[in-house]
Amino acid sequence: MTGLAFLIPIALGMGAVGLACFFWAMRHGQFDDLDGAANRILIDEEDDE
Amino acid sequence: MEVGKRVAMNARAGILPDQAIELVDSRFTVPGMRCAGCIAKIERGLAEMPGVEAARVNFSAKRVAVRHEGFLAEDELVGRLRQLGFEAQPAMANPLAQDDADSRMLLRALAVAGFGMMNIMLLSISVWSGAGGVTKDLFHWLSALIALPVVVYSGRPFFSSALMALRYRRTNMDVPISIGVLLATGLSLYETMTGGEHAYFDGAVMLLFFLLCGRALDATMRNRTRAGIGALLGRMGKSAQVVGEEGQTSRIAAEDLETGMIMLVPAGEAFAADGTVISGDSTIDNSMLTGESRPFPVTVGSEVHAGAINLLGPVRVEITASAGDTAIAEIARLMDEAGQSRSRYVRIADRAARLYAPAVHSLAALAFIGWMLAGAGWHQSLVIAIAVLIITCPCAMGLAVPAAQVTASNALIRRGLLVKDGSALERLADVDIALFDKTGTLTVGEPRPDLTGLDPHAKSIALGLAQESSHPLSKGLATSLRLQGIRPSQIERVEERAGFGLTGRCEDIGVALIRPAEGSQCLSSELVIGSRRQTISFADPMRLDARETLADLRLLGLESIILSGDRETAVAATAREFGVESHAAVTPAGKIDRIERLKRAGHRPMMVGDGLNDGPALAAAHASIAPGTASDVSQQAADAVFIGEELAPVALAVRVARSTMRIVRQNFTFAIGYNILAVPLALAGMVTPLIAAIAMSGSSLVVIANSLRLSRAAK
Repeated sequence: MTGLAFLIPIALGMGAVGLACFFWAMRHGQFDDLDGAANRILIDEEDDE
Repeated sequence: MEVGKRVAMNARAGILPDQAIELVDSRFTVPGMRCAGCIAKIERGLAEMPGVEAARVNFSAKRVAVRHEGFLAEDELVGRLRQLGFEAQPAMANPLAQDDADSRMLLRALAVAGFGMMNIMLLSISVWSGAGGVTKDLFHWLSALIALPVVVYSGRPFFSSALMALRYRRTNMDVPISIGVLLATGLSLYETMTGGEHAYFDGAVMLLFFLLCGRALDATMRNRTRAGIGALLGRMGKSAQVVGEEGQTSRIAAEDLETGMIMLVPAGEAFAADGTVISGDSTIDNSMLTGESRPFPVTVGSEVHAGAINLLGPVRVEITASAGDTAIAEIARLMDEAGQSRSRYVRIADRAARLYAPAVHSLAALAFIGWMLAGAGWHQSLVIAIAVLIITCPCAMGLAVPAAQVTASNALIRRGLLVKDGSALERLADVDIALFDKTGTLTVGEPRPDLTGLDPHAKSIALGLAQESSHPLSKGLATSLRLQGIRPSQIERVEERAGFGLTGRCEDIGVALIRPAEGSQCLSSELVIGSRRQTISFADPMRLDARETLADLRLLGLESIILSGDRETAVAATAREFGVESHAAVTPAGKIDRIERLKRAGHRPMMVGDGLNDGPALAAAHASIAPGTASDVSQQAADAVFIGEELAPVALAVRVARSTMRIVRQNFTFAIGYNILAVPLALAGMVTPLIAAIAMSGSSLVVIANSLRLSRAAK
């Protein structure tokens, strides 16, 4: 039973971290240009931006 | 790395160019970008320009945001993009901000509901698999702790819509959903406090999660497709140089122009008002109004319309109609009125909800009263009534329509057709007659050169010259040459002389692209390299697959009619070629009239057209499609936009729309069939939270799987 005292907060905490990450990503425009991000990997960067 | 800069850019987007002191942001729609190479080319090409600080491409939206110094005009940036090989149009600051905010809000609500659902399920499964006593109570409390904020946060879209409906004394699908969720949460809270056997937090949160999936899908579809479409009336002249009494000129904004004023319109500028030419000769590009790409000659006494572009020489125009009285404004008004009939269309999901919602309410109420009369006590009766509410609001119902429509529209996007929203797909499915505009719709809409007889060297010089000009013939020439993969030669000292053409020097040889000496019948221009002269003739060719597409439509049961503003002879020839009925020299109001008549005769007409003169007809038709080269207004008015040189997407759209509706009906049948099975169980009081959870997720999965079959529909 005492295991639950640790495991439940850990499970909830991990879920909450995931949720926070998603919110962060959304606020910072990570989903604004999904196709573009997939294509940009192919650009040779001669000069670093 | 770019994130910080982008946020700052977005924050500044609201500032008008005139007010900003140093740096301003401009946005352009660049439909032609296709690959990583294009992104790099545009971003580097723009960044090299003096005065440009940064350029950032948004590939999904086919947009580029440029941050530059104030002195740099939008036209120069568009010119630079054209040199790089991309057609571009200035876009409004952010016309989609509202829609965007809505879908973001839905996504956030969905994420929260997903988080809540998973954690509550974790706890619920322990309870179902036998946790008892203190553990069960603890788990119920934990569930309550998670569920309450989740319901408050994620339920808002439903609660506010339900409240809105109730305020107008109506009921929609959100009313039973809201009541079900709120009652289930309230009752579960009571159960938790009194140490009861069952809590329904999982059911309530799961219901929200699945329904939000449907809503978010719906919103994503709307946003993605609208992002590709440009701004309204962007190309109409915003101001004009007006000649005063002593001959001095001053700039006056378009809305302040008055009848009788004389405006001086230099080559390359758009007319800001309707009027009569009083001095000067020129040719004008009327394509925005008529969709007709051929330059139109004007001389003293000719009428010109706002929105047309002056191509050759400066002209003085006496204004006969300004602002709200111009032909362009008249068309906008016609379009507004025509669009109203379409806004009365009721989407299939809403039609279903209108029948369904009252049934759900009465069933739940009957269950409660029935069990009370049977002497079950208010607590048990309430539990059963809630079970009925939850079971009869199947997520399958909320997912049935959007899941099918999103899958179908994604499949269509891959084939070059953007459908604006779900209601457009529904309307496209029941059209039974097709009306086509000729120029720009059945034809490519651009003068295309006949390039046989030009060697590669001549081609590269021609491209070098043509890309410097915005004359329709030059544009057509440049497009065709680029399609052949020709690289432009370096041409020095390029000059464009109105009414004559382009001259320049290439490797110390004089080169020119000019109007032919003789006024020849067909559209042509002359390429001069040193002493060699070659004539390039132009024509506006039919789209290659126009005939097949019309035949395809006939197979689908759609007769085609050509409805054109063009001359009788030209239209009749095309109609004979395709073997269809035709009407020539039809005005915008005439097109609406014909559509209304067809509608009264019980038809559901589909309009396919591109010119501004088709705008009202596009808005009035039951469903409409415009090519990607159409005027902005037409793209705005149409339900769908197809990209590329082929007409095939038009027939494809109708076919896919029909199979989408078939899938939607199957989904509905399934959702209702499931209810017929589950409702008696719920009424009998045999639905525990476990059964509700399994039934809900099971039916949703089946509906989604069925909808995914559409992803192959466009092949």
